[in-house]
Amino acid sequence: MALKIEPRREVSRALVYGTPVLAIFLTVLSGFFLFAVMGYDPLTALYFFFVAPLLSLFGLSEIMLKAAPLILIAVGLAMGFRANVWNIGAEGQLTCGAIAGGGVALLFWGDEGVWILPVVCFAGLLGGMLYAAIPAFLKTRYEVNEILTSLMLSYVATLLLSALVFGPWKDPMGFNFPQSRMFTDSAILPIILEGTRLHLGTVIALMIAVAVWVVMSFTIVGFQLRVVGLAPAAARFAGFSRRRLIWLALLTSGGFAGLAGAFEVVGPIGQLVPVISPGYGFTAIIVAFLGRLHPLGIILAGLLMALSYIGGENAQVEVGLPQAVTGVFQGLLLFFLLASDFLARYRIRRVPS
Amino acid sequence: MIETTALVLLTVISAATPLLFAAMGELVVEKSGVLNLGIEGMMLAGAVAAFAVTVSYDSAILGVLAGALAGAALAFVFGVLTLTLAANQVATGLALTIFGVGLTALIGASYVGVPVQPLPKLDVPGLSDLPLIGSLLFGHDALVYLSIAATLGVAWFLKHSRAGMILRAVGESDISAHSIGYDVISVRYRAVLFGGAMSGLGGAFLSLSSTPMWVEGMTAGRGWIALALVVFASWRPGRVLLGAYLFGGVTILQLYAQGAGGIGIPAQVMSMLPYLATILVLTVIAAGPWKGRLDAPACLGKPFRPST
Repeated sequence: MALKIEPRREVSRALVYGTPVLAIFLTVLSGFFLFAVMGYDPLTALYFFFVAPLLSLFGLSEIMLKAAPLILIAVGLAMGFRANVWNIGAEGQLTCGAIAGGGVALLFWGDEGVWILPVVCFAGLLGGMLYAAIPAFLKTRYEVNEILTSLMLSYVATLLLSALVFGPWKDPMGFNFPQSRMFTDSAILPIILEGTRLHLGTVIALMIAVAVWVVMSFTIVGFQLRVVGLAPAAARFAGFSRRRLIWLALLTSGGFAGLAGAFEVVGPIGQLVPVISPGYGFTAIIVAFLGRLHPLGIILAGLLMALSYIGGENAQVEVGLPQAVTGVFQGLLLFFLLASDFLARYRIRRVPS
Repeated sequence: MIETTALVLLTVISAATPLLFAAMGELVVEKSGVLNLGIEGMMLAGAVAAFAVTVSYDSAILGVLAGALAGAALAFVFGVLTLTLAANQVATGLALTIFGVGLTALIGASYVGVPVQPLPKLDVPGLSDLPLIGSLLFGHDALVYLSIAATLGVAWFLKHSRAGMILRAVGESDISAHSIGYDVISVRYRAVLFGGAMSGLGGAFLSLSSTPMWVEGMTAGRGWIALALVVFASWRPGRVLLGAYLFGGVTILQLYAQGAGGIGIPAQVMSMLPYLATILVLTVIAAGPWKGRLDAPACLGKPFRPST
């Protein structure tokens, strides 16, 4: 008796949607052993990590608050990933959006007017798009690898933000802390649920995710993006412009990341600080894959990943678990997901020897 | 003047060596047709393992070995996923980096702020005291020499050894190599493990020599710069060496300009230099008249599963 691995004729649909569940299960299982090895009571630690945040309205609202930027960025990235455009620099585009949005908020500091907030958000969107335009230009014009350029630009954006809040944009009344002035009310996103930090941006992010689902499923552009990724030769033959789709994928994902960045600074943060994101731009890559590059899947994946952030913070407070555990969990989850993909594409048969 | 020049050049060597290790490893990996984007994670693993073992066992040799092993261990995970399970190499490499950053922060938490004995310098009595030449050629730690030796070794291996030619064949055309009886997966596994060990050595050099301490995320993008270096070098070992020292130079230039201070440019703007230089160089390489001679291995990044 021997085992034989062979490709499935068709990728198993049931397994495509079943494997994320398997991957989550395996991650939690590894968490159990990891906590035990680290000397924590595994069940208590897992409870505070994955269950406790779900039991209060505040916990749930915090999950939504963190999920929104992840979902918004991931739906943009997924469009590119489908077309084999690897924008890895969403973190930089997010930062640039925050700089642009925050800059506008500072420009109109103290002014009144309902028009300020939309302008701030639009600036964030534009900031992210412009920043993503650099890798798009280099890719389409010179065939420079977008993975490397977008990533290098992330480091540059973080340094730029730091230069601004340590320098010209520092709060003059801020006791020399590296942060800008607190934005005035007219530039702050309104809270939508009393007693929580949920703001209007959360709702807008979810609406955008649904809108992307409609575009990807029911329009010709969505179809082209999918074809370019699945069958580049067919796409060329059909005359889809690869160049145009690269621009589209990068500008969209950059814009969404920029918008997410602006939402963060005029939402929960309320000012510009040197670090505005706990790695949303990178975690969103995991979210995109976990959600199977599908907007609706991404919404679920974003909520789960947000739970890992909140759970990580919670477990840190309750049982003293180091914050870095969150990153380990996120990496493990992606490993298990990629590994279990194998089951959807291949099957293992027993053959008599 | 000579003293200052020597000092500057010394710091260039110390900035270039981790890049050289990681990029030389990745060169071999890519030559076999595999794209491993997880260098950053493997370097961090090497850095923390080397540091922890050196501190715990008070042995630099064990530490360096542990660094190489830790890098190879992460590379093995990458190999299982991308070679055995034919997973997407880009996504797996990213996962490796995310996982590596988290895991090393976790392991290294208790080592932050702990002092370590830096790698011993190999002084040659008499020769090390020669002006300029003496301090440049002699008196480095063993890893600096190892990085140069590895460069020569890789260059010879790829060009003149039988195994090296098979490795290149696998990277250029996996299907033909398979059909004439070479085990593509096994060749790639060995390349990936070598790449991991080299990244681990690069990390070990960081935490034991260039900045002898452990800091969370201390690679600060060097793994990605190493990746860019391979493209910059159009997959040639000699040019990787050149590139590593060029980038080491840019990093140091930036530090010195910050130290000079008076030019009125914020420190953060100067720190952007290595990253901007990477983008610039990649663009020049891609846009230049030598475009046709880029020489990327034909099967780079394509998964391969033998049909039988």
